[in-house]
Amino acid sequence: MNTFLSIALIVLVVSFILGLIRVFLGPSTEDRMMAIQLIGTTAVAMLILGSALLNMPSSIDVALVLAVLAAVAALALSRQQQTRTSQDD
Amino acid sequence: MENIAWSAFDVLLITATLSLAWASLTTEHLRRAVIFFMAFGLLLSLIWLRLQAPDVALAEAAIGAGLTGALLLAAVADHQKPINQKSVRQFSLTDVVANTFLNLLFVAFAIVFGTAYTFALNDVNDSRLTDIVFQHLPDTGVSNPVTGVLLDFRAYDTMLELAVLLAAALGVMAIGKPRRDFVKPGDMERGLSQWLIPTLIILSLYLLWAGASDPGGAFQAAALLAAAGVVMRLTGYVNGGLPQGIWLRILLVSGIGGFLLVSLIMMFAGRIYFDYPESWAGSLILLIESMATISIAATLVVAYLCGQPDYWFGGKQKENRDAD
Amino acid sequence: MINLIAVCLILIGLLFFIAGSIGLLRLPDIHSRLHALTKADNLGLGFLALGLILLSDDIFIAAKLLLAWLLVTASSATSAQLIAQRARRREKDAWKI
Repeated sequence: MNTFLSIALIVLVVSFILGLIRVFLGPSTEDRMMAIQLIGTTAVAMLILGSALLNMPSSIDVALVLAVLAAVAALALSRQQQTRTSQDD
Repeated sequence: MENIAWSAFDVLLITATLSLAWASLTTEHLRRAVIFFMAFGLLLSLIWLRLQAPDVALAEAAIGAGLTGALLLAAVADHQKPINQKSVRQFSLTDVVANTFLNLLFVAFAIVFGTAYTFALNDVNDSRLTDIVFQHLPDTGVSNPVTGVLLDFRAYDTMLELAVLLAAALGVMAIGKPRRDFVKPGDMERGLSQWLIPTLIILSLYLLWAGASDPGGAFQAAALLAAAGVVMRLTGYVNGGLPQGIWLRILLVSGIGGFLLVSLIMMFAGRIYFDYPESWAGSLILLIESMATISIAATLVVAYLCGQPDYWFGGKQKENRDAD
Repeated sequence: MINLIAVCLILIGLLFFIAGSIGLLRLPDIHSRLHALTKADNLGLGFLALGLILLSDDIFIAAKLLLAWLLVTASSATSAQLIAQRARRREKDAWKI
């Protein structure tokens, strides 16, 4: 079982890297916001897998905090302040 | 197989952190830099977990994405380039030399960081002060060693940190200017605030309570509460949940006030400042932590509002509220 | 037996994660990438969390995993809406010059 969970962790690492590529590339802010959402969720997945592998239940607390703060980050990024001359990126 | 997985995880952490840091420092677009910084904060939290510091990981998760990110975004919004201006860059020799030097410096730092990370991973069983802390931990009334160190063994340091936070809050309130208006919040934002804010508050209270025995504590709880305040500000409650006038001042000083209260009580009871009586140690620590939590949260929200909440001048800025 | 079901669930979750990440990279437009993202978020994490719940031996840990999945679902749903709204606003503004 531990071997299988380790392989799952590697798959999630690959998924994280793919999301990171979109953070670096994504031409618009929305692309980067989506990529941040994806890497946030992938980090939650890695954390809950890690807590099962290492028997460290505090990782799930960090996962909870990350989950909620992904929403806060998306909210902060979408509530851009009103500037008439704002240019995206 | 597990070792391969963790090595892959480590390689990801190091390379991603360094590339995000480099990208966030060298990009020309400020909002893009802030987004890279938010992702960097997320990775930093994972690094702390990997180095077996879950308390710091909790704090970094709460502050990195939510608070610092929102704060930097609000600061960046005042510096947008006008839509018609092209940025014309003419390279000079100074530019090239400076760029090369800074990149080399970054590579050197990356090497140091990688080495330190590898050492930290393999050096976990080095004891130094750990044995002494664990030996005296039962005297503190809590079983989380981080909380014990912060609020019992080194309580004086924590009290002075809260004094520094208060000074920072005073500085922000003195020179901060009121923010611009946000885009009008719609139904989506109102719906979000209805479940997000109570969830943040409950998580914060949970972390405060669990700080005695599990990773958590006052600062992490305060960071979550401050995130709730930021969400309130972003979804139309202009004050970010902060009260008016005298109550705001009470909130801001209650952190260091709690410390001073407890230490004065100890002094009058004939003990030295933070020498808690053993049966009361846990409850006193919880009391100090609760007051510190609301104080730190209020300070962080004041910093995010960058100045006074709306009602500070007796309703002078009410017209801004209508625009929301 | 439970281990087998858990392994299957986790495999399905990983499949959705990979599909979502590749979709985020390869699809051409913001709105289509949003589709890929929400599949990875909700379904990927959901199946993964479900598999780990079956594997966990403590009821409180299982409850926390369930809570993590619910929070991620709620926050990713609203994030997707906010991102889409922002994209629409920007597209409308682009015509306004």
